[in-house]
Order: sequence, then structure tokens, then C-alpha cells
Amino acid sequence: MGYKKKKSTRFLMITVSTLFVGLMLFLPLVMVIINSLKKGFEFYLQAVSTKTVISALKVTLLATVITVIVNTVFGIFASILLTRFSFKGKQLLQTLIDIPFSVSPVIAGLAFIMMFGRMGWAAPFVDAVNNAFGWDIKIVFAVPGVVLATIFVTFPFVSREVIPVLNAAGSDEEDAAALMGAGMFTIFRRITFPHMKWALLYGMVLCTARALGEFGAVNALSKTRGETFTLPLEIDALYLSGSADSITAAFAVSSILVLFTVVLLVIRCVLENRSKKAQEEQKRR
Amino acid sequence: MKGFKLTFGVTVFMFSLLVFIPLASILVYSFSLSPAEFWEIISADNVRNSFITSIVCSLFAALINCFFGVILAWTLVRYEFKFKLLLDGLIELPFALPTAVAGITLSKMYSNTGFPGKWLSKAGIDVAYTHLGIIVALVFVGIPFVVRAVQPVLEKLDKQYEEAAYVLGAGKLTAFKRVILPEIMPAMLTGFGLAFARGIGEYGSVIYISGNSAKEKTQVVSYVIMQKLNYMDYAGATAVALLMLVISFLILLFVNIVQIRQSRHTNEL
Repeated sequence: MGYKKKKSTRFLMITVSTLFVGLMLFLPLVMVIINSLKKGFEFYLQAVSTKTVISALKVTLLATVITVIVNTVFGIFASILLTRFSFKGKQLLQTLIDIPFSVSPVIAGLAFIMMFGRMGWAAPFVDAVNNAFGWDIKIVFAVPGVVLATIFVTFPFVSREVIPVLNAAGSDEEDAAALMGAGMFTIFRRITFPHMKWALLYGMVLCTARALGEFGAVNALSKTRGETFTLPLEIDALYLSGSADSITAAFAVSSILVLFTVVLLVIRCVLENRSKKAQEEQKRR
Repeated sequence: MKGFKLTFGVTVFMFSLLVFIPLASILVYSFSLSPAEFWEIISADNVRNSFITSIVCSLFAALINCFFGVILAWTLVRYEFKFKLLLDGLIELPFALPTAVAGITLSKMYSNTGFPGKWLSKAGIDVAYTHLGIIVALVFVGIPFVVRAVQPVLEKLDKQYEEAAYVLGAGKLTAFKRVILPEIMPAMLTGFGLAFARGIGEYGSVIYISGNSAKEKTQVVSYVIMQKLNYMDYAGATAVALLMLVISFLILLFVNIVQIRQSRHTNEL
């Protein structure tokens, strides 16, 4: 009797879980593809190769690459600082770094408008730099603003993945190497980096996924379709124009991002297995 | 250890330049508003309604996510079955899927021409362009927070206590309520807080399905800020943003307190 009862719970739990994931998560994914192919394959190819889509793809990729590089550099430095040194205000800094997680992306966009916009306090500095060098750099409503907003929203992604791993590894090896006279960069290259390698990659994958899809912050800072629009903004514009054709086109463009997402999720899965294995190996040693 | 100056310098410099100073710009600007002006903006009907809508819908969504999140975490930790890996991988989907893509897809699915929206509206349940739609979108974005918070705690949970409870004659439900639930409670609260905070700030996945009608009170806070920005009403946008920042800061504080208490608790064990 007891055994049977246990089995029925198991069945119930698995069924509820599968139904939930199937309906709430898997079905939307399938629906993107179905909706994108509603008008046939030819229409699909045409929809994803318009001028504005190509331009948006370029801006998206540019913003994503810069964002991942910047946030990876930050992630490496911040995670070493927060796991290998103790100093006043460490807890505060750790909390502050996580702010972009809990702040609405729209607020991130607003922040850069208040800083670099026409009435922003930093606008005169940008003007001064432009005058001095004869440049014409615009930040708000231009590609630099899009990049800055994307960096802001994904800022803690890499550091957050690396910090727990470095904490778990402990600093004994580094201390020993320092005692034996190894320099800062040798220690990093030979000890700290190998420890953080997988978590770093993992964080970079998450950061890439979020940067590719950032919408709210960029929406506030980018107003020119075909020039400063990213793929999510292009999707928004297509969807909101409201005709049956443009809605199907919106889903066609979405399917590009879905493809990226699925690939990144698979890479994430592989990395997670790798890092688990690496950790187990370390334990055995 | 060497390298403190370098790591501290780079970290603080990058953080200040890319996050702190821009965010402080909002604060600085909002100080130029008088309290009366601030109050007038905040107490406007559409702003007040948007806060109520965002908070109430996020609360419901976070509660639903707690319920299903614990079931999902439990299933993934305790049982072996076909497609488990796929299920586990899909949990992360809302983190990785662009919010705008999720938004237009959910909106299409739950409108009265989509699946399952067509059937639901035949049954008299309208999802798209109602508060229910907002909740559906927020359940979608929030589910990984709860699952990923509870999963590691369940993995570490010693089965001994549970088995002891069974030996002492406790039923499944009693064992869950008295032994397992107290253990996963802090993690569940953390997940709840994170899903709640994300829900209040959510923009992309909500704005298509919500319909954004002032009359129906289906505007969320992020939408109102964006609307004010589009009208170049920077004072209004900043005031609303400031209140929202305060709310998300309070939630973050709550999550941090829960986590500190949790780590104390585990250290005691």
C-alpha cells in the first residue's frame, strides 16, 4: 500500500511538472516557429532579409560583443576582489553590484537619458570632447547609448557566476604560490584562471543571451529604425504595425533570436556538466 | 595577497562609470522636484493604478511560481524520468529568451485567435488584455527564480529526517509540512522575492499581452515610465522611477536578510 502511494505521488508530480513546462515554456517556443512560417517559407526568407532587419542584426551583434567583453573583464576583476580580499564596505559593494538585476530595464534607459540627454549633466562634457577632437559622437538615441544600456542591464551576470566558484576553491593555492614568490599575473594565469574558467564561460553565455534580447532599456534609448534599432526593437516595430503580414514578419525575426536562445541553452547545459565534472575531479584530488 | 589596488580600482571604476553614476543621475534629477510636485506625479490616477496593477499582479504571479516552482524543483531532484534533462534545460528558457519575443508570442497565444486563447475565450475566460494576461506573462518570466533557488537546497537535504518522520508514522503531507517545508522555506522566500522584484520591473514580456489601457487599469509601471519618456516628461518619468527604485531596493533588502538568516541557519547545523 505504502509503495503504491509513493508511486502515485511520483506520477502526479511528474505529470504536473511536465504539463507546466510543456504549456508555459515549450509551447511558446513552438508557437514562434509556427507563427513565423504561417505565410510560407518564401515569405519567411524575405521577412528576415529586409534592410532594417539586417541593420538591426548588426547593431544587436555589435552591442552584444562589446557588452560581453566589458562584463567579462569586470567579472574577472570583481570576483577576485570580492573573494580574495577583505576590506571595509565589501558587503555594500557586493549588494550594489547586483542592483541591475532588480532594477527595471526601463529605468536603466532613463538613467542614461538623464546623464547624457539634452538636459543631462554629462552632456556638456560630451560636447566639449566632440569640439576638442572634431568628433560628432552622440550617445543618447544612438548606438553608443544602446551599448551602454545593454552593458548596464547585464552588468553582474559574469561576476555572479564566478564568485561562488572562487569562494568554493579557497585561496590556499594562491597564498602558497605567492609565498614561493610567484608574481600577480603568474598566479592569475596558473591558478585563479583555471579555477574560474568554466564559471566564466557559463556567465558569458548567460550574458550573451540577455544582451541579445535586451529590450526595455534599449527601447528608451533608440528611436531610429534601420539605424539604431536592435532585433527586439525591430520585432516590436513589426508587431505593432499590426497588419497580418508584419505580425508574421515579427515572428520570423523572432525565430532568429529563438535559434540563438536554443543554441545558448544547449551550450549552457554542456558547460554545466563540464564544470560539475571539473569540480568533482578537484574534490578527488 | 598582492593585487588589491588593481582589482579594487578596476572594479570600482567600472561599476561607478557604467552603473552607479547613471543611476545616481536619476536621484540627482529627482531632488530638483519639490515634495509637492513629486506627490502630484505619484498620486495621479494612472500612476497610482499602474503601481497597484504591477504589485498585485507580481504578487499573484510570484505565489503561483512558488507553488509550481517547488513541485518542479522536487520533481527534478527526486525522480528520474524520460526527458528530465529537457525539462531541466527548459526551466532556464525565460532567462534566455528575449522578453519582446516572449511578449508577442504570449500575446498571440492568449488572444482569441491563438491557441489556447481561442478555447479559453469560448469558455468565457479572457486572458489577453486583462490582468490575467499580465499574471500569465509574469509567471513565465518568474518561474526560473523559484526553481533555481529551491533546487540546490532540496539536493542537499538529508533524507534521514524525512525517513525518520515516516518511521514515526507521519503521512506524506505531514512529513512535507513539518520536515521539508521548513528547510526549503528560506530558499522559497528568496525565489519569491526575486520573482516578485522582476515582476514589478518587467517590461518586454508584459506590454503586449496587457493591452496597456488606462481605463481597464492594465498599465504596468514600466509602461507608464516609457510613456512619460516618449512625451519628454522627464520629471514625471524620474519621479515614478524613483518610487520604483525604492520598492525594488526594499525587496532586495528582504531577500538579503532572508539569505543571511539562511546561511546562519545552515552554519548552526
